[in-house]
Amino acid sequence: MNTDENPKRGDITLVTGVIGADTHIVGNRILSLGLEEAGFKVVTLGALTPADEFVKAALETAADGIMVSSLYGQGELDCRGFRDLCIEAGLEGILLYIGGNLVVGKQDWDSVEKRYKEMGFDRVFANGTRVEEVVEILDKDFAARKKPARKKAGT
Amino acid sequence: MTAALLIDFGSTFTKIRAIDLEKAEIIGAGQGPSTVATDITDGLTKALSDLEGRIGRLPDFKHRLACSSAAGGLGMVTVGLVKELTAEAAKQAALGAGAKLTGAFSHGLTKGDIAEVEALAPDIILLAGGTDGGNSDVILENAEKLAAASVTCPIIVAGNREAADEAAGMLEAACKPVTVTENVMPEFGALNVEPARGAIRQVFLERIVHAKGIDRAAEMFDAVLMPTPAAVLEGARLLSEGSANTPGLGALVVIDVGGATTDVHSVATGEPTAEGVIPHGLPEPHLKRTVEGDLGMRINAPAIAEAAGLDTLAEAAGLDADGARKILDGITADIDGLPETAAQKRFDQALAEAAVGIAVARHAGTVTIVQTVTGPVSMQTGKDLGAVTTVIGTGGVLAHGADPAAALARALADPAEPRSLRPKDPDLRLDGEYLLFACGLLAGVEPEAALTLGLAHMHPVGGT
Ligand code: B12
Repeated sequence: MNTDENPKRGDITLVTGVIGADTHIVGNRILSLGLEEAGFKVVTLGALTPADEFVKAALETAADGIMVSSLYGQGELDCRGFRDLCIEAGLEGILLYIGGNLVVGKQDWDSVEKRYKEMGFDRVFANGTRVEEVVEILDKDFAARKKPARKKAGT
Repeated sequence: MTAALLIDFGSTFTKIRAIDLEKAEIIGAGQGPSTVATDITDGLTKALSDLEGRIGRLPDFKHRLACSSAAGGLGMVTVGLVKELTAEAAKQAALGAGAKLTGAFSHGLTKGDIAEVEALAPDIILLAGGTDGGNSDVILENAEKLAAASVTCPIIVAGNREAADEAAGMLEAACKPVTVTENVMPEFGALNVEPARGAIRQVFLERIVHAKGIDRAAEMFDAVLMPTPAAVLEGARLLSEGSANTPGLGALVVIDVGGATTDVHSVATGEPTAEGVIPHGLPEPHLKRTVEGDLGMRINAPAIAEAAGLDTLAEAAGLDADGARKILDGITADIDGLPETAAQKRFDQALAEAAVGIAVARHAGTVTIVQTVTGPVSMQTGKDLGAVTTVIGTGGVLAHGADPAAALARALADPAEPRSLRPKDPDLRLDGEYLLFACGLLAGVEPEAALTLGLAHMHPVGGT
């Protein structure tokens, strides 16, 4: 991918990590590398990342989006109140994506997506989503916002 | 003979050491009172005549270098954004520069915070916040508030580089002395404390020494290079890393138990020593200093008793609870007094042992077990000091204590507390002649002599 075509991506900072006690790092690493290649600034937190650390990293780096991975089936527990944590830190408008293996066993996708959207995620991605797809949707979402959602923090 | 004079302007004493640089040996030591409150030259003159009384006519000194913890030390306030991130990095920078950290703030400063900073009247404020290209609102907001505050001390800006000039501009417009240096955390999770430490040292040298009246004795020395704790840390670094020609001791820990605080310095990577342990949190500075403000042998003896338990101390000293309480009350009633009776000395030893144990446990990292579906995963926070090969005790309490080896042994890992990552099997050494600060001061100009001197005089103690 030619980053020159998307100069705006360089102004966008995304925080990535695997939430909770989840050690499945492979997909998250592929995602992080892919986003970086596509031209985004990426702050990688890696595996075993508690929810509040995503928020703290996003605050310090003035991130525009947080990309949460959850593979091991406990995502629903780990992600409870995630948007509230962001609001608490003054990051109310930040873009929140989640992907991976979001629930235990096979479940109706619409209900899975609905549950995560209720937790405040802007987009919910099913297992096996390719990075190219993610980049396309990010471009679309940020274009809709006109400019990166720089948020006032602290006060 | 080429000689050097090393001076420590302390809070109670002015201590000097004369070193033969060719032989890398100590010629003699002298001591005078600390007279910074009146005229600092008095104490130094007395120390010099004390030295002369011991060694005869003083040689011409090629270097006359000093460090100082007089007049309250280097009081600093740090400000950052997230407590565990840039605020922590700013704290690390200040402590590593030998400062006495009087306040550490995070996020936007409130009215109350500003009032507190004004009341603390620090010697330097370190202002951080935001990674480079990251958050700039909070550092700018804090700069604006500090600009409007009544503080007049130098302010060092070490935050988001995109906001640093604007922050400095606001402070300068309000006539605050400002220095801009590199961000303490240029990118997420990357610690960059050396430039801020350098800036602190520079401000100390150029302004604080004068502000505290230490430069009244300027004729009598070349420079007051740094605060005393920074000199000790420099000495520790030299002993650990060695020089171009002489290998050092490798990873080490220095413990300084004082009357008011206990300092722990480590020169070590702190990487996990056990298989499969995942490091967590901010990377640790290779050179790390922590100060335990509640662990001191005199002013803070009751605080040690509280942390360790008076019963435990009494038992260690072979006293009953009443006896221990009486001795403790005696210390509080006369904090300048020294232990005289055998029971008092045993109680002091118990205090020192407890201070070492607690301070090193707080300095060292910990490992927590996270239960996952596959079983436990070990996560390490802080430094793993397991592989540290040398533990050095310095300061009067350990040097003059009844059993320094037993006190230092409390720094070691304890099988009963497997989560505390303390040194497993180090050699124990004692800076019995109080030379570590001198090595640190000499490290910049005569590293070979400083290293030889330090290696020869950190005397092994204990049986290991
Ligand atoms: C490899 C693997 C492991 C390895 C992990 C090695 C490591 N450190 O990474 C090991 C053996 C350690 C392991 C352990 C476990 N695993 Co496992 N593991 C897998 C396996 C086979 C592959 C995962 C993988 O790497 N995929 C390849 C990557 C590239 O794909 P991906 O992760 O889906 O990521 C892509 C997309 O989803 C997307 N994406 C990912 N994150 C995000 C985030 C956002 C925001 C977006 C937009 C996109 C996105 O981008 C990636 C690139 O395309 C899967 C099964 C499977 N085929 O998926 C099971 C699987 C994930 N594991 C499972 C389980 C149950 C476990 C264990 C609990 C097993 C146990 N009982 O011991 C433990 C849990 C350990 C822990 N605490 O985390 C289950 C989870 C079931 C569930 N969710 O309900 C799975 C699905 C297997 C199964 N079918 O049962 N596992």
